[in-house]
Amino acid sequence: MAKKLMKGCEAIGEAAIRAGCKLFFGYPITPQNEIPEYLSHRLPQVGGTFVQAESEVGASNMIYGAAGAGERVFTSSSSPGISLMQEAVSYLAGAELPVVIVNIMRAGPGLGGILPSQADYFQATKGGGHGDFNTLVLAPWSVQEAADLVADAFDLADYYRNPVYVLGDGLIGQMMEPVEFREDRKPLKDLAAKTWASTGWKGDRPRAVINSLYLDADTLEQHNRDLQAKYATIRRDEVRWQGYGLDGDYDVLIVAYGTVARVCLTAMEELREQGIKAAILRPISLYPFPYDAVRQASARARAVLVVELSAGQMIQDVQLAVAETRPIHFHGRTGGNLVSPDEAAAKVREVLDGRSQEVRNA
Amino acid sequence: MQHDMIIAGFGGQGALLIGKMLAYAGMHQGKEVSWLPSYGPEMRGGTANCTVVISDKPVGSPVIKSPRALLALNLPSLDKFEDSVRPGGVILVNTSLVNRPVRRTDLRVVSVAANDIANSLGNPRGANMVALGAFVGATGVVDLREVEALVRDTFARKPALVEVNLKALHAGFEAAGEQVKEAAVTPGSAGPNTAAE
Repeated sequence: MAKKLMKGCEAIGEAAIRAGCKLFFGYPITPQNEIPEYLSHRLPQVGGTFVQAESEVGASNMIYGAAGAGERVFTSSSSPGISLMQEAVSYLAGAELPVVIVNIMRAGPGLGGILPSQADYFQATKGGGHGDFNTLVLAPWSVQEAADLVADAFDLADYYRNPVYVLGDGLIGQMMEPVEFREDRKPLKDLAAKTWASTGWKGDRPRAVINSLYLDADTLEQHNRDLQAKYATIRRDEVRWQGYGLDGDYDVLIVAYGTVARVCLTAMEELREQGIKAAILRPISLYPFPYDAVRQASARARAVLVVELSAGQMIQDVQLAVAETRPIHFHGRTGGNLVSPDEAAAKVREVLDGRSQEVRNA
Repeated sequence: MQHDMIIAGFGGQGALLIGKMLAYAGMHQGKEVSWLPSYGPEMRGGTANCTVVISDKPVGSPVIKSPRALLALNLPSLDKFEDSVRPGGVILVNTSLVNRPVRRTDLRVVSVAANDIANSLGNPRGANMVALGAFVGATGVVDLREVEALVRDTFARKPALVEVNLKALHAGFEAAGEQVKEAAVTPGSAGPNTAAE
């Protein structure tokens, strides 16, 4: 198929349909309204169903029901709406239901603003709901990658029977870029039939009950052990990242994800023209986080710089990876303000000439 | 080679559409492109702008603080973005709605009265096409032929609109092109990177 110029939100909607998702439940919120808008007219064309729920709480429980029936399903929202879904996300993880949740992040806290942000990193990667659970989190940096990761997210959700977030900032949702949907895409994994799904019992198999309630302590502990074993497999097998300039020499390792990594890439190229060597490691999977890759790449740098559209959230994972072997610096913008390439480049210079203060715990 | 530009005007003037058509044209020419709208809280009659990048290689930052070119469709847009344009860049001013000269002297200024030209063509709603044609003429960021093809596609279902919009597009392209030529031959001018005023 030829490339089409699409908004990130539209590409996400189209990618979901091409991944075989015929059900969408959601509630409007800027800056992701083009996802439900797109699906409201596209899903009926492919025999699917679009429902504008009464609230995000309703939508998140509708996806629980549809996933429990074995259907591919997804919802999308933006930060405050995702907060409202957190109870259901915990239930989805507890009941091991495969769903895709797209969060086009806006600036918080509270209602905050409608402009881009990456301040939901903790919520997505550390489990915004109660209990011991994790969700896979994939963070695209372009419209093409947003479409590709949505397709992957459905496969990963089904394979692990786990919620998967696609975490984009407002730019990913609103920006238009060329995107190509590959007709020959193969599923990431061998996906087993959903024999666990609750589709109506006719006596020919054990009853399929979708549940996250285990009142017996030992049974619940065993369930938790099983979940933890699954998360360990995810951490082993599903780490994704990309490096830029890691092959050569570099003094500063920049760690950034999403569109911020693109801003840093432009900064890196401008700095290299001036003889200042920086490299970038871009986590694509935020859970599982690429700890080993960051540790190895940081070992070859004099200092590490984390750049985020937040007050500093991913920086904690970078600190875990670097483990005090290198000084870590931070540059972040909040409120919906963006980092510009000049700003990122200036920060790299400050790190190198000692004007930037190292981030310290406490 | 990278072209980056900010297209700005009142909501409804077509700034976002002009930007989209530039991005489409760039993509059809085989370039890498990005189109980023400002989507902040604005009310009707407020300002609207978008950033377009057209590049030979994958687009790095879609956020451009110092664009190489600016299309200012109205005065608030010129006020807001004049200082941000890179030295040596281009500012195209819609003089129908901008009543002051451009202050910068370290870049090239092209002035086109887009609304007046559209009115004189009997197509007042075609001011955005005049501006688009003028911007292509002033900057050369995409081929005019690609834009013509887009106009034909966009209005394929309303053939009557194809000709009037192409006319507007060409009128803008020529109005800007005359100034670019003049600047190139003006004695004492160092060429397209100096002020044309």
